[in-house]
Amino acid sequence: MDLPANDELSDYQYRQLLTKTKCFACVGVSANPLRPSYFVIRYLALAGYRVIPVNPAHAGKTLFGEQVVADLASIPKGAEPDIVDIFRRPKEVPAIVEEALSLFPNLIAVWMQIGIKCPEAATLARSKNVIAIQDRCPKIERQRLFGELRMAGFNTRVISSRLKI
Amino acid sequence: MSDGTSYGFDTLQIHAGARPDSDTGARQTPIYQTTAYVFRSADHAAALFNLQEVGYIYSRLTNPTVAVLAERISTLEGGIGGVCCSSGHAAQIMALFPLMGPGLNVVSSNRLYGGTVTQFGRTIHRFGWSAKFVDTENLEEVDAAVDENTRALFCESIANPGGYITDIEALAKIADKHGLPLIVDNTSATPFLCKPIDHGATLIVHSTTKYLTGNGTVTGGAIVDSGIFDWSANDKFPSLSQPEPAYHGLKFHETFGPLAYMFHGIAVGLRDLGMTMNPQAAHYTLLGIETLSLRMKKHVENAEKVAAWLEKDPRVESVTYAGLPSSPYYDRIATVCPKGAGALFTFAVKGGYEACVKLVDSLEIFSHVANLGDTRSLIIHSASTTHRQLTPDQQRAAGADPNVVRVSIGIEDPDDLIADLDKALTAATS
Repeated sequence: MDLPANDELSDYQYRQLLTKTKCFACVGVSANPLRPSYFVIRYLALAGYRVIPVNPAHAGKTLFGEQVVADLASIPKGAEPDIVDIFRRPKEVPAIVEEALSLFPNLIAVWMQIGIKCPEAATLARSKNVIAIQDRCPKIERQRLFGELRMAGFNTRVISSRLKI
Repeated sequence: MSDGTSYGFDTLQIHAGARPDSDTGARQTPIYQTTAYVFRSADHAAALFNLQEVGYIYSRLTNPTVAVLAERISTLEGGIGGVCCSSGHAAQIMALFPLMGPGLNVVSSNRLYGGTVTQFGRTIHRFGWSAKFVDTENLEEVDAAVDENTRALFCESIANPGGYITDIEALAKIADKHGLPLIVDNTSATPFLCKPIDHGATLIVHSTTKYLTGNGTVTGGAIVDSGIFDWSANDKFPSLSQPEPAYHGLKFHETFGPLAYMFHGIAVGLRDLGMTMNPQAAHYTLLGIETLSLRMKKHVENAEKVAAWLEKDPRVESVTYAGLPSSPYYDRIATVCPKGAGALFTFAVKGGYEACVKLVDSLEIFSHVANLGDTRSLIIHSASTTHRQLTPDQQRAAGADPNVVRVSIGIEDPDDLIADLDKALTAATS
């Protein structure tokens, strides 16, 4: 897909990214059903993505049909993520991105959740032809672009006269 | 699919929020006249009730027709999302509800619709809330009115009964300084004339009954969130930043990020206050909003013409329209509402209270009603009606003195409106 030079993916590019992606690795995910990260992986798993939870504190547990792994290096063969979704503090982001870039040659994107920005890691990812998204949530973007937030009156910015888009 | 953000106002007022119906292809938004919605499974139902998924449960909360209108209005305002409700007054209570609590206050402009002065000045006391009314021309007074129990600033963009344009940016700066949201009632201006979020507003409220519907058919309200306020920056907004017991301890802002205020508006506000808009009302408002820009241009054009004529008439003492170069607020048009000062204003008739009452009774085209923003021209003597519950001081502050009538200029032929006023002024002052 087209590779955006900065954080400003167009809606078309988000749609392409979220359609092409099959597997997420979610770093720093919580096993507490009230935590935002749990909301996100629950949503992504039910939306049909394979979601590999990454968190050393919960390694070995099962979340939404997948075993939690301690780190990116422990992700089994065949479960290499298209997107590494990061729920960790900005200072921990560079190491996660570096590891993701070295482990997964077919990685499409690194995605930092709302409130997380790390321009240095984003630049590094882009230098390797990997999309970098900061301060956004894949759950919100998917809900926005695929009609779900529309049900609650949010401004989805999706305008189309077609039956299917 | 292209990015909706780049489309112009005229396109968005017709298309935003609406898609052809996926089952039937129906092009106009259907009226989904249903109370409840079938769940896909028990898990789906549980997820909806836990707010883990977005979907329709029950029409007190959300409805497909109403949701189209909420998205339409929030898109036109440039917000992140919107919630519709049963009236403009409901919108004000719903907008304040997540922010307020017993002992807390809102600092509000004193240039307001009379009904809001009463709602804020009296009725909300029963919730333990209060309002401090301030003169928004005196920014030091506004700043000094904010105390540790203040949770919001409130104003109208173009204030009812007209003639006043609020310096929204100046109020937003004061709100920012105190870490508070600024709520702007944008009813009289509509997003076609004024975009309060661009001037720093956090939340917008509307009476959709007025220009947005534009045809005087249904009452309704809306709240739009800019999505940019940090509800967790301090401990002032526990409804959004602290665990919500009714949702197993979920924290709205932490969980929903910029969508928090709107989710709270539906999941707590509509759920428990029940001030829901019905889908028929949403339908009429959607029809109206499709022509909003066309109507507002004509409203403004007519208002400028009628106001200029009135100002020159010897039977008229004064005209408050901010679209007249003589208005002290004329210069604000360029920054606050560049497409015009709206179509709502007052004028004072020589002969006082008696002459006003006679004038109102002598008109043939203008209708004597307690409404504004209709295609029809409307007139009301505020002091004896909408602003009747106010003290003389409050009436003066609101621009509703006894010798003043308020007009909402419609989109008829302006020459006919002028002829109607001419005839009635003669009757009133002879």
